Amino acid sequence: MKILNIIKMAFKNIKSNKLRSGLTMLGLIIGIASVIVLVGIGTGATSSVTDSVKSLGTDILTLTISSSDVTYEYEQVDELLEITNVEKVAPYKSISATASRGTTTSSRASILATNDNYLEITNTDLAKGRRISLIDIENSTKVCILGSEIAETLFSLTEPVGQTIKLDGDKYTVIGVLTEQGTSMGNNVDDMILIPLTTAVYFDEDTSISDIYIKVEDEDKIDMTSTLIGNYLRDTLLISSDYYSVSSQDSMLDTMDSITDTLTLLLGGIASISLIVGGIGVMNVMLVSVTERTKEIGIRKSLGARKRDILIQFLIEALVLSLLGGLIGVVFGLGIGIVVENFGLTFTASGSIILIAFLSSAGIGMIFGIFPAYRAACLRPIDALRTD
Amino acid sequence: MGVMLDLKNIKKYFTMGDEQIKALDDISLSVEKGEYVSIIGPSGSGKSTLMNIVGLLDIPDSGEYLLDGVNIKELSDGNLAKLRNQKIGFVFQNFNLLTKLTAWENVQVPLIYAGMSAKESKKIAYEYLAKVGLKGRENHLPKQLSGGQQQRVAIARALANKPEIILADEPTGALDSKTGTEIKKLLKDLNAEGQTIVLITHDNSMAEEAKRIVRIADGKLYEYERKTN
Repeated sequence: MKILNIIKMAFKNIKSNKLRSGLTMLGLIIGIASVIVLVGIGTGATSSVTDSVKSLGTDILTLTISSSDVTYEYEQVDELLEITNVEKVAPYKSISATASRGTTTSSRASILATNDNYLEITNTDLAKGRRISLIDIENSTKVCILGSEIAETLFSLTEPVGQTIKLDGDKYTVIGVLTEQGTSMGNNVDDMILIPLTTAVYFDEDTSISDIYIKVEDEDKIDMTSTLIGNYLRDTLLISSDYYSVSSQDSMLDTMDSITDTLTLLLGGIASISLIVGGIGVMNVMLVSVTERTKEIGIRKSLGARKRDILIQFLIEALVLSLLGGLIGVVFGLGIGIVVENFGLTFTASGSIILIAFLSSAGIGMIFGIFPAYRAACLRPIDALRTD
Repeated sequence: MGVMLDLKNIKKYFTMGDEQIKALDDISLSVEKGEYVSIIGPSGSGKSTLMNIVGLLDIPDSGEYLLDGVNIKELSDGNLAKLRNQKIGFVFQNFNLLTKLTAWENVQVPLIYAGMSAKESKKIAYEYLAKVGLKGRENHLPKQLSGGQQQRVAIARALANKPEIILADEPTGALDSKTGTEIKKLLKDLNAEGQTIVLITHDNSMAEEAKRIVRIADGKLYEYERKTN
């Protein structure tokens, strides 16, 4: 088969011009690798944000009171339970203090004062020990539950439960340790220390509550419940909706999605530009190579090559170069992705992006290869032969 | 003996600046099968233009050219390429080998364009390299061969498709006299086997090899000598 021989001839040419072939592919390799890496990071960021929002559950409402003129006390929190569809509430306060044990100090540990519902609402499990009990809350006992990481920092190999640590100098008994959770919503749960809500008074005399997680019984009616909570807050605290917010995970997810989608689009856009620049590089090298190889074209024509033969030869060379460049680019991109992951960023390589990048490299090779190839094929044999 | 080449009233003009140069001015030439014709003339006489037209690398402005009975005026680009491939074998002054290909691969090129399989064309390429005395050098690149050897590769390549006619343009021009003599002998031997050869040269001693000498000057052709041996 004649075409097969012409394909073989194209391969021979690529092999015998390694430098030129390499340079042609370089632009595409960089372009495709950057598409895969940047879009991968974008998608990775999206999925890690989405996962952390979802980990809270879709049956959770987050209530935030932002007015400092009103006070909402712990005793009032139970009133929320009377609202239809509200199942559990977990008020919480964030405190920052120095945690230490003996000579080991973890400065500015993030401390979360909350009740016994918190762990259940946030789907956090205890690795060992017990939860915060009602009695702890009533008595403002100085007990704490440690996140897995801070437990290891402070205790390393020692069993923490039953031991004491110091929070801003005060002694606290460790009653439990959490399982490893990873980062969630910007909070590193593993680095957190949980204490009973009422115990927070030792750090901050203000006992008012401004943040509450609310779990509903029926998540289909979550919007209605959200409205009822709003009404309740208006009636009890006499504040307008500007000073509080009740949001579901779904609405947060929507916001996050639109942010990360924009991010992915932006990164993809930047990468596409580099892909186009890579394509122009292919055209450039192909054009130079046609000029450089005019003599060769003349010789081939004098030996009986038709326009079609020359066109096919150059097109196949362009195609092989772009596909090979595309393949190396994909491998390179995935390699960088692994490196990026080691730096702590989430990298998601999606098959469709790899396919799109690969196909567009073939497309770019064809498109930017056709013009120089056509120019080469149209040369009159005598003009081509005369060039040196 | 039939007529191989038949050129009638061929004209080819070039414009250089304001001046019109008559490269070929009403030329008629007929070459029979098995002839060895040399066309001799100084540089600028139009002999290269004639060779390009005979070799179908260029087309005349006017006149009629029949190659083996086919009027080339009526042919498409593709058919001209086919004729170049099947009927004409070029031997150039500067060899015009493909520098990235080995000797046998160079000889293979016209066979591939003729549609021959890779395996068969390789066999034929080896045969012709042996015929021109390059057995054992099949895998050399042109730059690894001497000038005379490169010209032999070019001759093998010209012969590979069993062309009706060998067109040699100053084949010894880039060679020293000793290797030049070898090439001359090779061409003469080929003619003795019945191969039609048209040789273009400015060198009288080279032209002497041919049975028939045609002189070209200022675009006009003069029959010079016809040996009968």
